[in-house]
Amino acid sequence: MVEIRWHGRGGQGSFTASKLLGALATLYGGKHALAFPSFGPERRGAPVLAFTKIDNKKITDRSEIRKCDFIVILDETLFSENFFDDLKDNGRIIINSATKEVYAKYDSRKITVVDASSIALEVLEKPIANTAMLGALLAVSNIVDLNAVLEGMAGFLKGDLLKKNIEVVQRTFLQCKEVTS
Amino acid sequence: MKNKAFLSGNEAVAEGVRLASPHVIAAYPITPQTVVVERLAEMVEDGRLKSEFLHVESEHSALSACMGASSIGARTFTATSSQGLLYMAECLHYASGGRFPIVMMNANRSLALPWSIYGDHRDSLSQLDCGWIQIYVEDAQESLDMVIQSYAIAENLKVLTPVMINLDGFVLTHTYELVDIPQKDEVDKFLPPFETPYKMDLENPKNMGVSSSPSDNTEFKFQQHKAVLDAKEVIKEVDDSFRKAFGRGYGGLVDAYLCEDAEFIMVSLGSTTGTCRTVVDELRQEGWKAGVLKIRFMRPFPEEEIIEITKNAKAVGVIDRDISFGYEGTVFTNVNSALSKAGANVRSLNFIAGLGGRDISKESIREAFYDLREESRGISKKRVKFLSLGVSIDE
Repeated sequence: MVEIRWHGRGGQGSFTASKLLGALATLYGGKHALAFPSFGPERRGAPVLAFTKIDNKKITDRSEIRKCDFIVILDETLFSENFFDDLKDNGRIIINSATKEVYAKYDSRKITVVDASSIALEVLEKPIANTAMLGALLAVSNIVDLNAVLEGMAGFLKGDLLKKNIEVVQRTFLQCKEVTS
Repeated sequence: MKNKAFLSGNEAVAEGVRLASPHVIAAYPITPQTVVVERLAEMVEDGRLKSEFLHVESEHSALSACMGASSIGARTFTATSSQGLLYMAECLHYASGGRFPIVMMNANRSLALPWSIYGDHRDSLSQLDCGWIQIYVEDAQESLDMVIQSYAIAENLKVLTPVMINLDGFVLTHTYELVDIPQKDEVDKFLPPFETPYKMDLENPKNMGVSSSPSDNTEFKFQQHKAVLDAKEVIKEVDDSFRKAFGRGYGGLVDAYLCEDAEFIMVSLGSTTGTCRTVVDELRQEGWKAGVLKIRFMRPFPEEEIIEITKNAKAVGVIDRDISFGYEGTVFTNVNSALSKAGANVRSLNFIAGLGGRDISKESIREAFYDLREESRGISKKRVKFLSLGVSIDE
């Protein structure tokens, strides 16, 4: 089972991303998935968590995620070095940051830095980096085929917004593929 | 044609209600049930659901309104949680005594004080004696399917008893998963409009909601009890016909997983069962004969099924997401009552877990199985044990 934890702030769309990934993996990727927010009150701007579990068989385990395959951080002010302890052996952190050098001191097999906000700002003209981070996650994880995701996004977004978000996903995907390959 | 969607438990309930097409919905929003009310209101607004939606001022009024509508033969739905369920406690007894086949979703949530919006079963289990049929579901698909099945059970003229469908707060209500949404015409075939001779009718006037005297009250209560017992057969029939119509069934009152040869059986309700299944799979790989018995209906209670399924077990554990203060978990009391009536001398242990939303981890379930094994070897364990307890006073 692939277990993913998303960190963001209320309003940045981390739960939407976790849900979108689950929906795409099940409806278009032939997998099973659970997606859930951190349970409890939600406030705009407050730190929030979201989770996605993905597997090839039905997921019955409803307990909390302890060790993650991927930790996706939409807002780098939420990053903590302790997150590395929450990773499985081959786990990886994917962080949204414009300052790559800050993270150069960490093992590059454990962290991928992607400037998702700049891409989102450029394409969407909004600092909403959730789909950009989804593209980055797809690049380093192979959870779901990129084409299945691009096809599936049409079920959730329409028109110009769909076109722009597909561009965002493709750009971060390609950028992170180059870095990790 | 299959229509699949990625839905939360709350959304799955709303889809089930849409397919069952109640005439009247009266509900008051409360965390973690709110999304059910929101989705239904949206469906009524945009015309997908042709129901009268009553925006009431309280849960007491919500259930009262459902009773009023039900008394003229309307199909009704409400949803609540926790403090809201308690606020309608008076009406719960009224509805079952009045034999109104109302279907209600309850998002299981802890009770104050201390205030908590997180999940456990203390709300619904505290209302176990209110005369309602109580269902506990494990995932979003079962949530949707049981809304449809619940109307078929409640409206059966042998039953005419309200049904409460319980979903674990957050763990089920807020978790998204793949759900198959049945076609409306197929549901209409499975669940025809509610027809009852017992309704307020100008052509055929009768008295409903009556007073009783000592000379007839016992007869009313005996019939009510018999109706809930008779529901056992109806529940199985409904599940069978649902399986024929939609290709999915749940086994009626209980769902036993790998129990046939099991030496150690863990009994659970709701979503905890899923995590238990994962642990049982792991234990089986390690050579254990372990199983999990999901109680799907707490009322009517699956006494015969529990006795039959556990008869060859060495030890039975019961996970309770509740505690009856000063005694033990309520599910444990009920299971032991069944076992003792059968004269079974299987050892049983109670594990109190998941109160106020605490995670029920795989490790804690595993620990419970270790206790069962030790108990079966004659090493006496605590009969009622709090799992994952943060203070050491218990030991």
